[in-house]
Amino acid sequence: MRKAIMFGIFVALALVGPAEAKVEGDTITLGAAVSLTGRYATEGGQTRHGYDLAVKRINEMGGVKVGGKSYKLDIRYYDDESSNDRAAALAERLINQDGIKFVLGPYSSPLTGAVAPITERFKIPMVEANGASRSLFTKGYRYLFAVLSTSDQYLSSAVDLAAERAKEDGRAPASVRLALAMGDDSFSLDVRAGILEAAKAHNMQIVIDDKVPDGFTDISATLARVKAVKPDVLLISGHAKGAATATRQIAEAKVDVPMLAMTHCDSAQIAEKMGAAAEYTLCASQWAPTLTYSDKWFGSAQKYDELFRKTYNYDASYQAAESSAAVLVYVDAFERGQSLDTEKVRDSLAATNLATFYGPVKFDDTGKNTGKPMVLFQVLGGDYKVVAPTKWAVAKLVHPRPPWSKRGS
Amino acid sequence: MPAPMTNLLLFLEAPALLVQVLLDGILIGAIYALAAYGMALVWGVMNIVNVVQGELVILGGYLAIMFSGLGVSAFLTVPLAAAALFALGWVMYAGVVFRVTGKDMFVSLLATFGLSILIAQLINQIWGADVRSLDAELGSWLILDSVVTISRARVAALAAALVLGAALVVFLRTSRLGRAIRATAQNARAARALGVDTDWVYAATYAINGAICGAAGALIAMIWVIHPFAGLVFTIRAFAIVILAGLGNLALVIAAALGLGAAENFVGFVLGAQFQGAFVFSLLVAILVWRSRRLARSRKVLR
Repeated sequence: MRKAIMFGIFVALALVGPAEAKVEGDTITLGAAVSLTGRYATEGGQTRHGYDLAVKRINEMGGVKVGGKSYKLDIRYYDDESSNDRAAALAERLINQDGIKFVLGPYSSPLTGAVAPITERFKIPMVEANGASRSLFTKGYRYLFAVLSTSDQYLSSAVDLAAERAKEDGRAPASVRLALAMGDDSFSLDVRAGILEAAKAHNMQIVIDDKVPDGFTDISATLARVKAVKPDVLLISGHAKGAATATRQIAEAKVDVPMLAMTHCDSAQIAEKMGAAAEYTLCASQWAPTLTYSDKWFGSAQKYDELFRKTYNYDASYQAAESSAAVLVYVDAFERGQSLDTEKVRDSLAATNLATFYGPVKFDDTGKNTGKPMVLFQVLGGDYKVVAPTKWAVAKLVHPRPPWSKRGS
Repeated sequence: MPAPMTNLLLFLEAPALLVQVLLDGILIGAIYALAAYGMALVWGVMNIVNVVQGELVILGGYLAIMFSGLGVSAFLTVPLAAAALFALGWVMYAGVVFRVTGKDMFVSLLATFGLSILIAQLINQIWGADVRSLDAELGSWLILDSVVTISRARVAALAAALVLGAALVVFLRTSRLGRAIRATAQNARAARALGVDTDWVYAATYAINGAICGAAGALIAMIWVIHPFAGLVFTIRAFAIVILAGLGNLALVIAAALGLGAAENFVGFVLGAQFQGAFVFSLLVAILVWRSRRLARSRKVLR
């Protein structure tokens, strides 16, 4: 009798075939190709730590409960060497050879863009945490879900903030003049598109619109023009190297501009490494440990940060936090749908409406998270303080930035 | 009015800006000059286009940051990085480069390209992919009604580049090894016949190039930021300068480097930063075409 039941289950499994999850005994194995070597090695490592910490926490709390049974979580990793081709090949390998049915995203938009067509072809869900490019969400992908805010939102918040400040100072927002120095990578071009939209909404004029070539090693020509044209806002995007280059050269050339905002200051660690040069810079960020988000797994954003530091001996970056959140989104979908069938999990994912320590997660039709806003830090006293949106501000925005001649050195 | 025109008009409104733009460019050019010296030396003596040049520069920067982390003052890191890369250059010659000297240039291109990938990834493994910089904390000078700022670290880098260049010229002119290097460059077989140990000369040349790159890297870390995959910028600039200036003349290399830096920055100001890279490459193509035409007239070919 027992054998007959086992046989029945076996046949059922065989019939259901590829749609059934990779479940060995009581373990659900997720799959991820992340960059452990190559240009994204740092962020890739943080992504992996984020995934691992969430898996560890879920397993400590008794695992994932589906159909009255508790499953442990596990992740199969490969190193994609920061290469698009490698990432795509490894995604196929995860799905075809390793039988992985639930994929976690790689680091960066280009790599996510390389993996998405594969997961789409095999109808395997991918929850990703580190591909913010909006081009990912214009291709009609059904199985792609992203927990982070898209890249066009990074600096549009700074444009809105500038408009708000102009109104407070009794000026028309339309009188605000913007200067842009954007890298020519796809992320920065998205950031630029978002800025242009916001600027158009406020009827602002863009007086400098430079695209900085790959490498972002020198923007002194652009800065010379900023000094001459005197815009109200200088916006910079070029990953960590762009933030570091800009911070250093703006301080060196003593460029005075009332508002300076950039992306990736936290990954470039400008406050920690560049001290006074970084002061008063606005930094766009997906997440901050001081935000008052909470959930049942990690408690609060702050508790997550503490646990992360205890486990890995460095502060949780937003890259790590959003990666952890991606795992939580899967767990929520498994438990809410009470199924490990890929189609049912996909539908549960699409219906996600989840509060996490990383912020609210709610996907629109294209799979991007529309629940969570971007935050702006300002570097104040060598620390990153949230100054916008006002709801989560822990410090008051210092505006305009004091001119260099009025500062200490 | 199109943006380039308005940008040009800015110079009329504030002529001091022109000083700023050209000065920035010249100061950057000094660093290119260092990387280009080394490349010209290796190219001229060993007939190798050293594609790993930029990665050696970056490695020099990382070593300088490491030494500075151990408590060494910023400017002492320059000779230390140079010494470390002198040794590494020797090891690279003994391990890999000697196998490709005297072979087809394509072989040496491939070998040094491979080395460049290897070194970039090793830097990534050891120090991580983070952007790094070394703060010499020298500040800036303000001149011409505070319109023009001059970073002191950049001026120091220019001075160091000039001193190193001069030292190299004196060394090649007067010292025994310098003469041996020049002899080998002129005719390796004849030099060998006259008792010059050309293998040793090659090793020394490659090591000296390493030292130059090390010094350039330490200076770069002080004025720019570095990351493991930034080497190509320096390889390409160095290549363009050497093509422009030719191999034999170090003074010309310096002039070409400073000129390229200034021209590149000027183009960046007038047309926008997006045209800076395009400008360097267009210039490279134009120079190659011009030089091969000129050589064709005297029935020679560009090597």
